[in-house]
Parts: sequence; C-alpha cells; structure tokens
Amino acid sequence: MTELDEQVARIQKGDSLEIATALNCVEDERPKSSARKRELLGALARVTREGSFVVGVTGPPGAGKSTLCNALVRRWLARGCGVGVIAVDPSSQRSGGALLGDRERMKFAPHERAFIRSLAARDQLGGLAPAARAAVGVMRAAFDWTLVETVGVGQSELDVERVADVVVLVLQPGAGDTLQFMKAGILEIPDVIAVHKWDLGALAEQTYTDLQQTLSRLPGDRRPQLVGVSSQTGQGVTELAESVEERLLALCDSGELAHRRLDVHCRWALELLEKRYGEYGVERLGGVSAVRDESRRLVESAGCLTGLDLFDHFATRLGLDPPVW
Amino acid sequence: MGIYSGHSTPEASNTLYRENIKKGQTRLSVAFDLPTQTGYDSDHPLCVGEVGKVGVPVTSISDMETLFDQIDLAKIGTNMTINAPAAWLLSLYVAVAERRGIPRSELRGTTQNDIFKEYLSRGTYIFPPGPSLSLIADMIVFALDELPHWQPINVCSYHLQEVGATPVQEVAFAMANAVAVLDEVRPRVPAERFAEVFERISWFCNASIRFVEEICKMHAFANVWERIGRERYGITDEKALRLRYSVQVNSLGLTEHQPENNIARIVIEALGVILAKNARTRYLQLPAWNEALGLPRPWDQQLSLRIQQILAFETDLLEHEDIFEGSKVVQARTAELETQIWAELERVLAMAEETSGGKPRATAEQRIAYMKRALVESNAKRLAAIESGKRVVVGVNKFTETEASPLTQQGEGILTVDQAAEQRQLARLRSHREQRDAAEVSAALGALREVAAKGENVMPASIRCAHAGVTTGEWSDALRAVLGEYRGPTGIDTSVHLGGDDIESTRARVNEVSRKIGRRLKVLIGKPGLDGHSSGAEQIALFAREAGWEVVYEGIRLTPEQIASSALQEGVHLIGLSSLAGSHLALVPRVVKAVDVPVVVGGIIPDEDAARLLEHGVARVYTPKDYDLQRIIREMVEIVARANGVD
Repeated sequence: MTELDEQVARIQKGDSLEIATALNCVEDERPKSSARKRELLGALARVTREGSFVVGVTGPPGAGKSTLCNALVRRWLARGCGVGVIAVDPSSQRSGGALLGDRERMKFAPHERAFIRSLAARDQLGGLAPAARAAVGVMRAAFDWTLVETVGVGQSELDVERVADVVVLVLQPGAGDTLQFMKAGILEIPDVIAVHKWDLGALAEQTYTDLQQTLSRLPGDRRPQLVGVSSQTGQGVTELAESVEERLLALCDSGELAHRRLDVHCRWALELLEKRYGEYGVERLGGVSAVRDESRRLVESAGCLTGLDLFDHFATRLGLDPPVW
Repeated sequence: MGIYSGHSTPEASNTLYRENIKKGQTRLSVAFDLPTQTGYDSDHPLCVGEVGKVGVPVTSISDMETLFDQIDLAKIGTNMTINAPAAWLLSLYVAVAERRGIPRSELRGTTQNDIFKEYLSRGTYIFPPGPSLSLIADMIVFALDELPHWQPINVCSYHLQEVGATPVQEVAFAMANAVAVLDEVRPRVPAERFAEVFERISWFCNASIRFVEEICKMHAFANVWERIGRERYGITDEKALRLRYSVQVNSLGLTEHQPENNIARIVIEALGVILAKNARTRYLQLPAWNEALGLPRPWDQQLSLRIQQILAFETDLLEHEDIFEGSKVVQARTAELETQIWAELERVLAMAEETSGGKPRATAEQRIAYMKRALVESNAKRLAAIESGKRVVVGVNKFTETEASPLTQQGEGILTVDQAAEQRQLARLRSHREQRDAAEVSAALGALREVAAKGENVMPASIRCAHAGVTTGEWSDALRAVLGEYRGPTGIDTSVHLGGDDIESTRARVNEVSRKIGRRLKVLIGKPGLDGHSSGAEQIALFAREAGWEVVYEGIRLTPEQIASSALQEGVHLIGLSSLAGSHLALVPRVVKAVDVPVVVGGIIPDEDAARLLEHGVARVYTPKDYDLQRIIREMVEIVARANGVD
C-alpha cells in the first residue's frame, strides 16, 4: 500500500486528523501544492461511493439555515450515519477577513461522527468558496452525507447547486420581498423549499400559500417540494428530511443524479478555464457546450475525473503552461 | 454597605458570613460559583476547575442549610446574585426556612434574576428568552403572594456599561428589559396590584469616570422610569414610581497599569453617584482598586469600604440637598440624555410591537441580537479610541512613565482559592445523593416537568424538589428538557468600521503570511469553561476579522476537548482562548496538550499564572495591560509565521 492509499483508507474510516489534513491540502493555494491536491482528490474520487450524498442548503441571512442544518445532521447521526458539513460564510471585501460563525450554532460532542469545516467565500460573490468543491470531494469519501451551507444574498444565492446533489432553499415567513429579488426561473433550481419558523403561525402560512401559488405556474417536473418547518418545535423536520431523501431516490432512478454530478465537475473545469484563460480560451476550445460534450465523453471513457483533471486536459489542449490554481 | 462574597465550599462561606455578621453586617450578599449559576452539578464535565471559584457551590438543600448554618433567616437579609436558576435558589432558601419553622413572610432579600443582561453581557443563561421571562414572572407572582419582603428581580444596567454601553444604551436597553418583564407579569396579576409589582422592581446601575454625564444619567434614569410607569402602565402612586436602585461604580475603566490610580477613579465615580442626590440611590458598592489584577484580598475590600465611610462621615456631602438642583448644565444634559434614551427605548420596544399577523415584528431573540450588536460596536469604538489616544486613560495611553510600585510585589497582590475545596465539594455531593429518597426525587422532578410543560408557576413544584433533595443540575436538566436551551447572540456580526493606518499595514502583513502559508490565516477564538464574560473574546474576534483573518468564533461554555476538536476540524493556524474567571490553569493546558497549533491566552491572569501557562507551552499571555488590540493581532500573525517557518 502506498502512503496515498493509506491516507485515503484513513479518510474513508472517518479519521478526523486525516480528514482535516486533506482539507488543509485542498484549500492550499500555493502552486507547489497543486500536484498533491490533484493526486489526493483523484484517489478519493475513485473510492467514493455512489450512495454518499451532497445536500446544499441556502437562503437569505437570518432564515435559520444553521439551526435547520443542525436538525438534519442530528437526524442522520441518530441513524448511525457520518456527516460532513461545509459551512460557507461571506468574506469582507474591505479586509479580506471573515467571520465563520456557524459552529456556534452547531454543537456536537467530540465523539459524534460529525465534522464541520467552515470556509470563507473569499472573492466569490456567489456564496460558494473557491475550495468548496474540493472540500466536498474529501467529505464525500469520508461520510454518508455532506451538507453544504451557503449564505445566499440577492440573485446568486443558488450557486450551491454547483456542488450539490439536491438543493434546499430556506426562507423565513414574510420572505415575499426576498422572492421579488430573485430572477425569473430561479425557483426552479431548488429541489425543496423550506418555509422556516413555522411556529410564527399565520405569517408563515401566508408565505407558504404565496409560494405555493408562484410554484404552481412551474411545470410539474420542475416544481420544488414545499415544506413548513420549525426547528423550535421540531415540526416538519422529519418531513423535510424525507422530502430530501425521496428527491434523491427519484433523481437516482431517473439517472438525473449522475447527470448532475457530471455537471458539477464540468462547471468546475469551466470556471477554472474562464478564470485562467478568459472567455477567449473557452471559445478556442469550441465554446461551453463543446467543453461539456467533451467532458462527458472523457468521464464516460476514463471513469472518475475531477473538475481539476478536466481543467488540466483542456489547458493542455490549449497548449498552455502547466496549470495551477 | 456590604461585601459580595462566597467561595470554596458552603462551610467555608458560612464561616465567612458568620464572621461578617459578628462585625455588624446585616445583609449578606451571596456569590455563587459558575456551575451553580449555569445550572450544573459540581461533578458535571463542564465544571472541572470551576467549582467554588468565583463563589460558593450550592447543589442541594444540604448545601443551602450548611451555607446558612446558625444564621437566623428571620433576622438577616440575603441578596443572591443568581439569574437563570434563580427560581431554584429561591426555592432552596424558602425550603431551608421552612425546615427551621420560619414563616415565608419573614424572609427578606433579593434575587438578581435579570436574564437579559446575561444574554447581553455575563453569559450565565440557560433557557431561551420566552421561557426565561416566564420563570421570572413566576417568581414575581410568587413573591407578591408569599414573600412580602422579597425583591424578586434586580434589573441590571450595570453589566451593560461593563461591556461598553454608552449611557444612552445602558439606560434604554435596561429599561427595555424591564418592560419585557412587566409586560409578561401584567396579565398574571390583578390590575389593582400591578403598581405593587412595578414598585418591587429594583435596579442595579453603574457609574463611570465621566462625572457630570453620570450625574445627569442618574437623573435621566429616574425620570424615564417614572414616565414608563405613568404612560405605559398608568401608575399614579408617587412612591411606586420612584426608581429604587443601588450602584456599583465602574470596573471596566479600572486599569492594570499603575493600579493605585484606580483609587482616584473610584472616589470620583462614587462622588458622582452621591451628588445625584435627587435621584436617590439606596445602596452604593465600590470595587477593589486592584480588581484588574485578580481576586481582591480582605484588605483591598476594606479600602473600598473606607472610601465610602470617608465620603459619608468625614465630608459634609450628606448634610445638603442636591447641590446641582437648578444647574443649567446638569438640566440641559439630563434633558438631552432623556430624549436620546427615550428614542432608543422606543426603537427597541417598537420591535416588540405586534404586527397585523398577531406576532411581534422581531422575535425576542432578534431584539437581543440587535442590542448585543450595538453593545459590541460601542465597545469596539471605545477600545479604538483608547488605542488611538483619542480617549485618555492616565497611566495607560498617556503619562505612562512610572516608578516601581511597592503595592504590587510578586505573589502579594492577589488572593488564590484553595484547590482542595473542589474535591471536598464533590464528596459532599456524592454523599448527598446517596442519602436522599430516590423515589421522592423522581416524583418531585416529574411534577416539576409537568407544571413547566403546562406553563403553570414552577415555584411550588420547585420548593417540593428542594425538600426532596433534588440537585441544581437535576432541576435545571428537567427544565432544559421542557423549555429548551439557548445560545445567545455574539454581536460580532456587526459591520463596524475600524479604520486607521495601522490596520492597513496589519492587513498587508496578514495577506503576505497567508500567501506564504497557502491559506488565509485562520484563528479559532473560544472560551473554555463556564465563564460567560465574552466581551474580550468578541473584541479580539472583531479586530482580527477587520485585520483580514478568517475567524472561527466558538462562543462560550466549551470544554477543552471541544475546542481542540473544533480547531482540528477547522484547520486553524492559531487558537485564542479567553478566561476571566480564574480557571485558566485548569483548562488551558488541556487545550495546549491536545492540539499542534500555537495557543494564545487572554484574560485576568496574574503574573505567576502567566509564567506557568508559558511553561505549559502557551505562546503568549495577554492581560488587561495589553489594551492595544492592533498590537495583539500583529503579534498573533508573527506567532503563526514563526510556527510555519515563514517569518
């Protein structure tokens, strides 16, 4: 067994120290770490089970995402599952610093199989941290469930779909204002919409009814499931978890899940390409859809490739420097 | 004049109380240890190193009986500084009196019972705001019917100033908290007795070094309270409308540098309280001059008492009416403060008003979060002003040259607690558990859970628990299960802008080291143990974020193991621990041992302890002497740079 194999085996067993080290490695932005990072993520991807799921939870500030995540994690832990949480908070544009406050609301005993890594969104406006995808790669290899929590502000709140198998949008009562800010069609993205703080009564019910009406205009297969939840009384938590789980089963059966997972890596590669070589670079590769098609073919023939591998492949095709990010 | 005391074990505190009574003290002021204040038994894992530290542990009726052994509860008045489990400690007190055949009507005293300032400042809360308010109301209603000489609540503006409140915030927020309590009680008492409830609310205020402003603040305080009584509650009885308050002057402004200077500060602050004579304080208490260094000795407390006695008996201050009555300056500033306080109070109260949906516009949690954030911002601005020299603190940021002090020689300046006391207390608890009737304990707890679930008054069921020998931890756990637990807001999600040239250069250095290490600098700030004074930790978190760090703030009440585990999961480069309750020697080394990143510690830590912490591998110890937060943040960067070989 090589050293890498041993490391991967320990991560699969849920060894905290090894998982933490792997996360530190994939977060490392120095060029000298890029080879190691690719090697590790590739090895982890090869051993990751299909049945390890990624749930994205997003919503405006104050909607109670962390409290709700806490309830979901508790449920999965109680069933004997291991859970990884990636909590993303915004960075200050002025100082570059960030306050990573979710741990405060999610408390687990050291012996429980829950592992929380907070990430700062850095310069990403979309509520997603640069290392989030790579971190998901580590968590998926280690745990049955990976929860990615992002703060959604304004129009880009659903970027979490770029890493998740299913997306839960958390709204609070009186969120009508928030909805107006959303682009047309954005409500198609979440798989489940949770109206939180159900204990507020009439106000919550009103929001629920408003949403129901809006959603009824969407075609049935794109209509998110709507659930009323209160983490204070516990009402609806089971229903929410069941909605998520049912949705995952349906996605598995229809083959949509495999498609989504492939797309995660495709978009990862595309973003890196655009960041490094600009739109011009992507055009030279034949445009976005050509990159997608080729990525699909590559993955189908070669098996597990991460977004990083795809990026390297395209960069080489462009005949440019050995890539780093 | 009295002394806030209690330590080690119920026996030791009882001895101390009896000595003080012999010397003429008529009112006891009981300090409880943190496990008791946060509703844990002495043997709970969170309590290691905390038992008997900042006060006396009381886990059951047997501890309460020992504490008041040979003290006549019909003669003595007892002030209990207890909040989240106040209903429980009052129940124990009532039960002890009952065992001795003393009627409830003869009991005199106060329970602090102000949960809001715990959320905003001291951190010894247990239950969420809604259920906590209901517990407070239970006690007020019970006292109204059963304990005619008991003050069930003492609303504290004091602690708000200690975490940096401006005078306007101090009064407005405390008033908002009192209004929340009164609104909760109002539907539960007959209308004709409500004035009595209003009159029974007593206050605990603060006074800072800004002499004239503090005099005006006290006048404004009394006026606003009267106005609330008249306008909001329709009270007309002049006696009931009077603000009944005691004052302890400011500790926040007392310095570790040249601590003898604090004597002058204390005198001036006390003078302001006395001169606001028309505002009529009932009781004045002064801190010890060397409080910023550690636990004061009896000698230090004696000096505080003597200062009061000189003011009262040597001067002619008490011979005259309010000497500022008619002063234009005082009148104008008082009126101005009153207007500002009223505006801020209305802003907070408006949050509580019902919308058309029948629910408050903001939940109690959101109101608390608003106030907490405002306090954190004020404190950050205060610290930034001291750091930049805009606000002068003599001996700290101006006139800092000093002669060697004969008053603070090594090992002499502070009192330490007997370490074996914790073991004795654990043994007491074990033997108490063995001796009681287990069936009655579980029946009494069952009854308590039942009334709590139904929303009935918990006092009678709690008194039954007290007689049955239920412990503090069991009583609290029973209610935790029914009422839920709460984690208060941290207030550091503020966007307060801390500018200045210094911060730019710090940011540049943070960026440089981050680039060399490969990840942005990440620090975990946490408070091990039960101490809830989170102000220092919050400010470090805030300033670090402003300097460009990624900050994981873990909040209060963590075990060393939890901190170590979080640090590992988060992959932080540094851990910052804050400890103000004297349990640093028990807790910090356990964190250091369990992690492989540098650990820095801040708090009230005597020099000898600091040396021991450094021996245990702590990278750096900060005390109140280190007021320059920018410098602390810069040192933290260098510690990480060195640890990662990129300095």
